[in-house]
Amino acid sequence: MTELPVWADWLISFFIILGASFAFIGSLGLLRLPDFMARLHAPTKNTTLGVGGVIIGSMLYFSLTDGLSFHELLIAIFLFLTAPISAHLLAKAGLHLELELSKNTRDFRAKPEQYSDKDD
Amino acid sequence: MSKLIPAPWWSLFLLAFWLLLQNKISVGATLLGLILAVIIPLYTLRARDYRTTLHHPLLGVQYFFILLGDIIVSNFNIAAIILRPRKNIKPALIEYPLEISGSVPITILASTISLTPGTISAELGRDGRSILIHALNVEDPQATVQQIKQRYERRLKEIFQC
Repeated sequence: MTELPVWADWLISFFIILGASFAFIGSLGLLRLPDFMARLHAPTKNTTLGVGGVIIGSMLYFSLTDGLSFHELLIAIFLFLTAPISAHLLAKAGLHLELELSKNTRDFRAKPEQYSDKDD
Repeated sequence: MSKLIPAPWWSLFLLAFWLLLQNKISVGATLLGLILAVIIPLYTLRARDYRTTLHHPLLGVQYFFILLGDIIVSNFNIAAIILRPRKNIKPALIEYPLEISGSVPITILASTISLTPGTISAELGRDGRSILIHALNVEDPQATVQQIKQRYERRLKEIFQC
């Protein structure tokens, strides 16, 4: 284990704090946004940069101390693959259950009933 | 060649994946990775019922970097919306008419929509010709549709030639 230079300390701290802030803002969004569909936006988008920042910090730290380290990239790859899919499934479920949307949502669907599960 | 390596991109991805997982490049790891990269596609080939050819790999790389930039921008946009004290946002449900076809390009486009500024793909239309988008904050829905068409769908169309 070698001692890190000061600039590396600052750079790594910057990325980790950036990542942590975005993860926090994403969670805050879950609380603050008005309805189910809007809430989905916060975790799917902000966690990608949140985890991304922490991953870059980790890659820098281990590359500078233990020799090149890139296997953190796998986490990013899988996050990019899975985040949109889980968001899509959640949105789909919300749509079919006809969860109430906030009042200023404008609906441009041609046939809203084709997205519903109600059989009446 | 094509008998032994039916899906070259898939094999290349598996090799890169294996080396990342090992976190070092040595002769042994590369050799085992090469063996896996040949065997796994041969074994799973029958489970893949889709045929997709990448016509312009370089455009694919360009697409990836554009997407990366947009993801970062979108993160800041959403963060700004969340942190703003008064939330007079204008969400909308928009039906996006698809021009491209094929399951892989549509999947990539839907994932792109979910990852980029203010939009989430919620449902593929019953006929497979439209995607329902939930947008978090839009003034003009037509402009959003046009932007996605210009920025992403046109490029995907070129890459996959579909």
